[in-house]
Amino acid sequence: MSTAKRPPLPVILLANDLLDGEVVFWTGTHWSPEPKDARIAHDDASATALEGAAAKALSANVVVDAYLVDITTDANGHGVPNHYREKIKTEGPSVRRDLGKQAGLYNIVRSGT
Amino acid sequence: MYRYDEFDARLVRERVAQFRDQVARRLDGSLSEDEFKPLRLKNGVYLQLHAYMLRIAVPYGTLSSRQLRQLALIGEKYDRGYGHFTTRTNMQFNWPRLRDVPEILDLLADVEMHCIQTSGNCIRNVTADHFAGIAADEIEDPRPTAELIRQWSSLHPEFDYLPRKFKIAVTGAEHDRAVVRAHDIGLRILRNAKGEIGYEVMVGGGLGRTPMIAKTIRSFLPKADLLAYLEAVLRVYNLEGRRDNKYKARVKIMVHEIGAEEFARRVEAEFARLDGPAIAADPEEVARIAAYFASPAYETLPARASGFEAAKAENRAFATWASVNLFTHKVPGYAAAVISLKGIGDAPGDITSAQMRVVADLAETYSLDELRITHAQNIVLPYVKKDDLFVVSQTLVEVGLATANAGLITDIIACPGLDYCSLATARSIPIAQALAHRFADEKRQLEIGELNIKISGCINACGHHHVGHIGILGLEKSGQESYQITLGGDATETAAIGEILGPGVPADDVPDAIERIVSVYLAQRTSGETFIEAVRRLGLAPFKAAFLEKTHAPA
Repeated sequence: MSTAKRPPLPVILLANDLLDGEVVFWTGTHWSPEPKDARIAHDDASATALEGAAAKALSANVVVDAYLVDITTDANGHGVPNHYREKIKTEGPSVRRDLGKQAGLYNIVRSGT
Repeated sequence: MYRYDEFDARLVRERVAQFRDQVARRLDGSLSEDEFKPLRLKNGVYLQLHAYMLRIAVPYGTLSSRQLRQLALIGEKYDRGYGHFTTRTNMQFNWPRLRDVPEILDLLADVEMHCIQTSGNCIRNVTADHFAGIAADEIEDPRPTAELIRQWSSLHPEFDYLPRKFKIAVTGAEHDRAVVRAHDIGLRILRNAKGEIGYEVMVGGGLGRTPMIAKTIRSFLPKADLLAYLEAVLRVYNLEGRRDNKYKARVKIMVHEIGAEEFARRVEAEFARLDGPAIAADPEEVARIAAYFASPAYETLPARASGFEAAKAENRAFATWASVNLFTHKVPGYAAAVISLKGIGDAPGDITSAQMRVVADLAETYSLDELRITHAQNIVLPYVKKDDLFVVSQTLVEVGLATANAGLITDIIACPGLDYCSLATARSIPIAQALAHRFADEKRQLEIGELNIKISGCINACGHHHVGHIGILGLEKSGQESYQITLGGDATETAAIGEILGPGVPADDVPDAIERIVSVYLAQRTSGETFIEAVRRLGLAPFKAAFLEKTHAPA
């Protein structure tokens, strides 16, 4: 986990899977390739828990580049990143809607801790 | 083209085995990410936004059909069916899985390719004029020099941990098509008064956050002294280049800080100390390398190819393609054909596996089994008989690769930008697409003539925006993508850094802004004057005024 300042709440935790590079989201119990599975932290205590999960997963060599991303919840209660960079990271290339998560394509099949 | 000898082959295979072991140790946790990162970078593996990315070296942009077919296979089997050619003439795959990379490297080794030194603080892939060996203005083919440098710099123990990355480009022609003055070292092959062939050595060029045009530190270097002189340059830089600040670590900053004269003095002093003959490659080895680039056995053909002329007369689309995408070959009856990877609406430099196979087949049948990748992210078939060009172009039409826009306003260079790259601050590809659509009309493109637009999605300038006639730099401004426009850049022997026209504009406003700039040119050009010539004559003012018209207008 980087020592960068925590983004404004609410936040989710995302990372890239070590083996496949795929963007994955912390669900509270495991890493999922599906953005909608992301656990949303609305308060400091929950955000701290996400940071703890990131540190643990990084040291266990499960993921790389794990960090908190500030989001807004959509009508379904799913977190949508506020910044365009993480939006693209979560969806896939804006110039290739047939690729990435937006197309339902996932690199990985497993999603363990 | 060059073929590996037993030493090349062994070196590459050993490197694959070594990386396979490093990946295994990363995956079992023996190596941390901090330990592994420099190792993976030295083998071309990045972590991008959506996935890992693998950058494959295409030395001096030369590929055989077999190699391109292997890239097609890798794209299909381990990626998403396409690859991307970069401004450093490399190929990038955007979706490989880390666990598959050793297997991919083995497949590359099968066709004498590798990813060694395509990243990291070392000497990177050496680039050269994509019309090497075929241009009429060429003094000597730059590729034997580039290959010699590739061999000398590959795993060179002294230069494996430089202050920062180091890029070398070579041209053998009068007209610079390899952007040599934007490289850490640019080499230009030339002849001196005695008729001997040697090099002009330019140092300290580079784009990025501090763009600089390289300075000549030796106007004539005898050929035999090349490696010793390069060693002297690299040694001076390696010892004295700044390691305290990443942003000041490139050799261009050192050359700028101490001055080109002082830098040259230090290099010459080091050069005098070195045992030149011991460093120089064995003349036999130099001759062995050069032999691979000997002129092919051309047929004796009439300069005027009747079949070619007839096809142009009968087919207007072919005639247009031929007038725009062909480069004059030094041998009568032949032409070099530029295959544009800039179809209207395409991502610049992207090519599917299926297209790669078609291009590989064309090269095998019609271009002596060889093709070139250009820094402008296009492909060249270097040895096509003029009478074969119609068949070639018709095949290209079938796979959407016959866009007639080489060198025109829609032949846009663009880095992958934020659609893929984790360093990017804004997207590049959608801007290129919007501009291509705006200027898609063929007649209008021809009327505008030669105009290079180059787009980078961040200050690192992989899209060469500083040297674009029109440069576009994507930045972030208050949480939005914002594009800064520069004018007057030049990537040739008259290299220049473009100047900023005004405040950044949002993505949607970029096509209109470019339109206004182009309108000034069309209104004020003199007969036969190209865009960049008009910019030089008129200066920035009229373009700036037109650019600011809208920017400052009330919403």
